[in-house]
Amino acid sequence: MSMTSLLSFTPWPAVSAAILLVLLVAALYFARDTAHQAIQAAASALAHGLRVASHSVMHAQQRLAARNREVLLAAGREAKERVVEREFTRVGDTVRKDLSAYPDLHRRLSESIQRIEDDQQRAVEVPPEVPGWAEAVKVVAELDARNAGAEILADIHKSMVKAHAEAMDDYRKASAERHTLLRRMMPDWRLIQETLGRVNRSVETVIGRAQAIDRHMQEYEAIVRGEDRAVSVLSSSSIVYFFVSALVLAVATAGTAVNFTLIARPMAEMVGGTNYIGSYRTADIAALVIIMVEISMGLFLMESLRITRLFPVIGALSDKMRVRMMITTFMILLLMASIEAGLAYMREVLLLDEMATNALLRGDPSGSMVNAHLWITTAAQMGMGFVLPFALVFVAIPLETFVHSLRTVVGLAGIALLQSLALLLRLLGNASRHLGGIARRLYDLPLFVPLWIETRMREAASAAAGAGGSVAQDSWKEAHT
Amino acid sequence: MKSSLVLLGAAVALAACAPSPPRNTGVYLLVDTSGSYNRQVKKAEQITLFALTRLQSSDSIAVARIDGGSFTERDIIAKATFDDRPSTANQQKRAFASHVEKFIDDSPSAAYTDITGGLLQAIEFLNEKHTARKEILILSDMKEELAKGYVRDVPLDLRGFEVVALNVTKLRTDNFDPRQYLARLDEWRTRVEKGGGHWRVINDLDRLDGLL
Repeated sequence: MSMTSLLSFTPWPAVSAAILLVLLVAALYFARDTAHQAIQAAASALAHGLRVASHSVMHAQQRLAARNREVLLAAGREAKERVVEREFTRVGDTVRKDLSAYPDLHRRLSESIQRIEDDQQRAVEVPPEVPGWAEAVKVVAELDARNAGAEILADIHKSMVKAHAEAMDDYRKASAERHTLLRRMMPDWRLIQETLGRVNRSVETVIGRAQAIDRHMQEYEAIVRGEDRAVSVLSSSSIVYFFVSALVLAVATAGTAVNFTLIARPMAEMVGGTNYIGSYRTADIAALVIIMVEISMGLFLMESLRITRLFPVIGALSDKMRVRMMITTFMILLLMASIEAGLAYMREVLLLDEMATNALLRGDPSGSMVNAHLWITTAAQMGMGFVLPFALVFVAIPLETFVHSLRTVVGLAGIALLQSLALLLRLLGNASRHLGGIARRLYDLPLFVPLWIETRMREAASAAAGAGGSVAQDSWKEAHT
Repeated sequence: MKSSLVLLGAAVALAACAPSPPRNTGVYLLVDTSGSYNRQVKKAEQITLFALTRLQSSDSIAVARIDGGSFTERDIIAKATFDDRPSTANQQKRAFASHVEKFIDDSPSAAYTDITGGLLQAIEFLNEKHTARKEILILSDMKEELAKGYVRDVPLDLRGFEVVALNVTKLRTDNFDPRQYLARLDEWRTRVEKGGGHWRVINDLDRLDGLL
């Protein structure tokens, strides 16, 4: 039904419009309570639904946070166990290396001390004995000189001088011997000093390691207890590890790209330059496969060396088997590196051939000239071809860190996302409630005339009833709310 | 679930093993050796060398002359499909260039110009090669002159072909009445497009970058 026909039920469209407006307002006024209830119900239902959804998301976020916390603590516990294990291994090595020789050290120290004691006892100064006939000399000396005692005394004097000379000689010999003994003690002293210094250093190392173990054990206990501080530290460490390992992996990816460029062209000589698997050249896929095999071998080598622990099966192998695996993977890597060096050389040869052909086709005679220093780039390419596979071996370390930290970082990102979603849902719930209020007010807007009349009538009725204007005010309040 | 994964893996493997669509290019250069154009034949070497620099392994190329009756394999001067291995392909290119150079030096002049026959031969050659991209290059003034008894009023099936007229020189009569030149080009364009092909004219041989 068009507007023209709608306004044509009276000869005057304006009158028709006015009548329609009055009818419409009347209809809206009579349906006001029902419409308000419908708006209120719809807004409440929407707000309730959104609030429930928000709670649900919050629950999911809490579950994820708990799960992330568990993962973080488990990863931290495992990492700390590895650190403590490594510290114990180092302490064991120190004890085995330095303190295992302690019995021998002790024996040598005891021998040195015994020798020093012996030498010291022998080096004690013994005073020369007083001649036994000294008293007799004294008696003779007190005799009268006239009784021919002078000759006796002279003989005695002579004998005494001789004895003195002999005693002095003996004394000098004994002193020289003592000095020799004392001199002989010096190396023993030095040996003792050095040995004790070595023991001191070893003990200090062990003490240092013990302190480190204590510190790690405290952190480990904090992780086991699930302390918030430990979780916070682990979380921030995980994010740092994630970005650092991602950076290193990006560098490794660039290295892989260089490696790929080195071998992709010559691979076309081997597998053909125009074969395709899907939408990719077979030569490119073959080059990529070689690089991937190298990286895989690098991973296995690192696992065999127990530097990384991505594959528990390899870590659980017996030492003999691990060594075999180590040798095998290393040999394969060596072979691959040699192949790559050969391919890099082939690349240069092919490049020169292509340049010469293109120069010939262009009619450019200078294009086929070979630079005298070209061997430098050829050698550099070959060197890169040989070294890059070994360099890519170390990708295993950042890869392991990346994989482990990725779980935590993804978990944290998920928590943040769910929190944002819950907040958004809550905001939408509140907004829908307020929108319900706004919709009711907008509904009342065209009804201001009947509402005003209603208010007046209520005022009049309440005035007549003497009950004050509270009813009218309520009506207005209701209209406003 | 497990069987679905196995099926998916098998499907992917089969898809990978399926022969991939051709990606190579086939080029057929028709060189007009008629009396009115024989002086321009030397430019065929320039175009051939340019094409050789652009072509890769597995691509095909043939150079044929346009004479009184061109719908024959005998008019093919040189043809090659380059090997998979780039080094062998380079050797083939050098040999091809040498062959074409020899032809240019000893090119005899033809009395008639059977362009349609050459085109039919080019279509046949390139269709047999199953190349993904098919280019027919015509180095000619595009004025067809048939000997008596030759019927060339045959439709050309040029679907998937690009026909490029190169160095279309103006004849003396064209200078008197350029409408003849324009009508000639327009007639060929109509024939090619009617056959489902794509028509192009490149007169400046120093600007062949858009070609191939």
